Amino acid sequence: MSVFNLKINKKSYQVDVDPQMPLLWVLRDHLGLTGTKYGCGIAQCGACTVHYGDNAIRSCSLPVSAVGDKEITTIEGLSEKGDHPLQLAWQEVDVPQCGYCQAGQLMNAAALLKKYPHPTDHQIDEAMAGNICRCATYTRIKKAIKLAADGQTGPALTVR
Amino acid sequence: MKTTTVSSKHSPGRRNFIKVSATASGGLILGFNWLSACSPSTQGKQAAYDLNAFVEIDADGLVTLIAPNPEIGQGVKTSLPMLVAEELDVDWNKVKIAEAWLDTEKYTRQVAGGSASVRNSWEPFRKAGATARQMLINAAAKQWQVDPASCTTQAGKVLHKESNKSLSYGDLVQQAATLPVPDNVSLKDPSNFKIIGRRMPNYDNKAIVTGQYKYGIDTKREGMLYAAIVHPPAFGQTLKHFDDAAARKKNGVVNVVSFDNTIAVLGKSTWEAMEGAKAIQAEWEDNGKLESTEDYKRNFARTLDNPPQAESKRKDGDVRGGLAKGVKIFEAAYEAPFLPHNTMEPMNFFADVKDDHAELYGPIQTPERGRNDVAKLLNLPPEKVKIGTPRVGGGFGRRLRSDLAVECAQISKLVKAPVKLVWRREDDMTGGYYRPMALYRYKAAVDGRGRLIAWHHQSVGIGGNVSRPDSFPAGAVPNLQVDSYPYESPVTTNAWRGPNHNFIAYSESTFLDDIAHQLGKDPVAFNLELLQQAKTNPVGKVDYEPDRFAGVIRKVAEMANWGHPKPNVYQGFAAHFSFSTYVAEIAEIMKENDKWKVTKMYCAVDCGVVVNKSGAETEIAGGAIDGIGHAIYGELTLTKGKPDQNNFNRYQMIRMPQVPDVEVEFIPSNEKPTGLGEPGLPPAGAALANAIFAATGKRLRAQPFIHSGLIG
Repeated sequence: MSVFNLKINKKSYQVDVDPQMPLLWVLRDHLGLTGTKYGCGIAQCGACTVHYGDNAIRSCSLPVSAVGDKEITTIEGLSEKGDHPLQLAWQEVDVPQCGYCQAGQLMNAAALLKKYPHPTDHQIDEAMAGNICRCATYTRIKKAIKLAADGQTGPALTVR
Repeated sequence: MKTTTVSSKHSPGRRNFIKVSATASGGLILGFNWLSACSPSTQGKQAAYDLNAFVEIDADGLVTLIAPNPEIGQGVKTSLPMLVAEELDVDWNKVKIAEAWLDTEKYTRQVAGGSASVRNSWEPFRKAGATARQMLINAAAKQWQVDPASCTTQAGKVLHKESNKSLSYGDLVQQAATLPVPDNVSLKDPSNFKIIGRRMPNYDNKAIVTGQYKYGIDTKREGMLYAAIVHPPAFGQTLKHFDDAAARKKNGVVNVVSFDNTIAVLGKSTWEAMEGAKAIQAEWEDNGKLESTEDYKRNFARTLDNPPQAESKRKDGDVRGGLAKGVKIFEAAYEAPFLPHNTMEPMNFFADVKDDHAELYGPIQTPERGRNDVAKLLNLPPEKVKIGTPRVGGGFGRRLRSDLAVECAQISKLVKAPVKLVWRREDDMTGGYYRPMALYRYKAAVDGRGRLIAWHHQSVGIGGNVSRPDSFPAGAVPNLQVDSYPYESPVTTNAWRGPNHNFIAYSESTFLDDIAHQLGKDPVAFNLELLQQAKTNPVGKVDYEPDRFAGVIRKVAEMANWGHPKPNVYQGFAAHFSFSTYVAEIAEIMKENDKWKVTKMYCAVDCGVVVNKSGAETEIAGGAIDGIGHAIYGELTLTKGKPDQNNFNRYQMIRMPQVPDVEVEFIPSNEKPTGLGEPGLPPAGAALANAIFAATGKRLRAQPFIHSGLIG
């Protein structure tokens, strides 16, 4: 066991865990940040996507000892009030079905928009290829990304 | 809480009661329980028609609608309360929706399965809203000393226009709770619907997109241990011996227990429990046939070559005679692979088992089955087992089973602590309860005028009847026979989104397309011709309405401009009736880098009244994409009983780059709404296979299509 100081969603956390424990499980089981989901454990489905600095990474495959002092952002920290343009677009387009993969989809899409504020269809396809949605909400995910990129997201019609 | 039970008779042959409860805060709770009087032999099926609803209004006017059915992504946490809200006449944006724990007294069908939630709730849920509304009107009329018939409602208020008086539901609720429950309330004419038929976003969207919604896998309780499991690696094996010394030395591992071929490792975190499970040294012994995919293929073919004696599932006319009279005979065989469900939320459950009661919480499509099976395991009366179901991260049939609840209860009982069990993705993908592997063979004949006069469908697969006896073109063919043979195997199988429909739609629609092409007929026209036959000269049981079936076919042909595709685009058509819903689909494909790619799916749907336009559209579009995804990629193979794929690196799912645009249209209708969770999927694979034929002249008769080298 070792002590690690982590910077997550602009807050500092200290955890005493196995150095090999993936960041995913530190977030979920130790810090109560359960918005980041377990899906496959081998970086193939994207459900556990978080931001490592500005990059989208799979937290299931990053040992906590490798995190260092880089800023981590999870779905809970994507915006202060849940009003990131993508979060609003997701509600406007009514993307989620079961909803389980959507935190990972959103985090990946947010990293895409940081890199390409106005992505082409091809760029969206390439960037989002790492995230599986078994409900197959893909067409609405794409629509919501475009809506957010175009700056057309107003306050969601039904915000709860 | 004061409870009065008021008997009423809503329809002959049905036993009904309405419960009115006044809460301590003066709220009005209305629960409806329609229990069908039925013979014991049909009780299991009859349960599918039992319904209940639940309305709560507090003294502050806050309306809480209970969504009793498990939400697995099919949208019922939003659509069912919409039915109540419509008749209750409340502002949808101010309504709260709450999930219900299993309560077999208040509710009758807390199940997510068979695309049946909306179908069964259409009338009772609206009646729940209408009855509550009438009680609020009666309370206001009494207070104002006016005739209730002179009162109206508007968005949470009762109005009396003549005297210009109004009171909010919150002001009236306390008195309304003391009034008799009206027996016969009338329901709105569909032309007056304000909520039903609109696009209402999923109620939990905000909680989901901010990461706040707590799924079952997110459960955490005081003193809870985390469990991971080890199961036999191959179907047909049992546990002989295991050594847990290495596992117990792992950081965070606190206990190891074993039962029923299962080893459970308890840890202080999910990951530590999983690492412990990986360190278990187990020896397994063979206890049955260790079969491989090739064995099944060979043995399925042998079974159909020399079928055992068995009663036909359907027999119209004389199929042998019909085939003998045919001037042209058509034959085809179709192979279906095993498919795991691959819900994105991995299998999990929470259990806290005490000596005389237990609490269970987690994702399950059948909480009542979970409660009963856990009660049986623990030897407790069912009422001593509480079970709750949060939003479920995908069901697709896998969570119709109660195995996770039971396994977790067993572990909690053994370690005497609250436990959250989480299976690794590998445990789930290799854990069985798959869509059964199957082989279908068809033989058909046409007469000299090109009319289909004989149709023989034979099937063999794991887990009993793997086909459907009454599927179209049944009803349109004078000599038709359906034979289905089971094949015994240690591989466990289960319902998988659109059970049997998911493969029969593909085989039938592909075979019909094949026949149409060989006859020089247009496939759409050929299907319409058969439906006309089923309408004017029906044969045997016809469980679809030919006109509605033809309606979606004509609609999709119009949407896609069938027969006139854009340059370099090829089209394929398929239609299927399942769960009382009619769906016709057209797939368009284009060549991209030497392979064919689906560029567009058109879907025309007749599901009666569309309750939630947004939810309905996404169910159909998602089903169509899921359908082409599994047709192209889905396959679980076995080598000596052991699954060859155990995670998404080896098992391919459709992803964003392969996803086509999807256009969905609904036939305007005032018919009772029918299911939408499953019907979008079945025709998709056939539409794609038929498009590939149009483009290449090659018939794809085995899924997944990726092996053809033409697509993927």
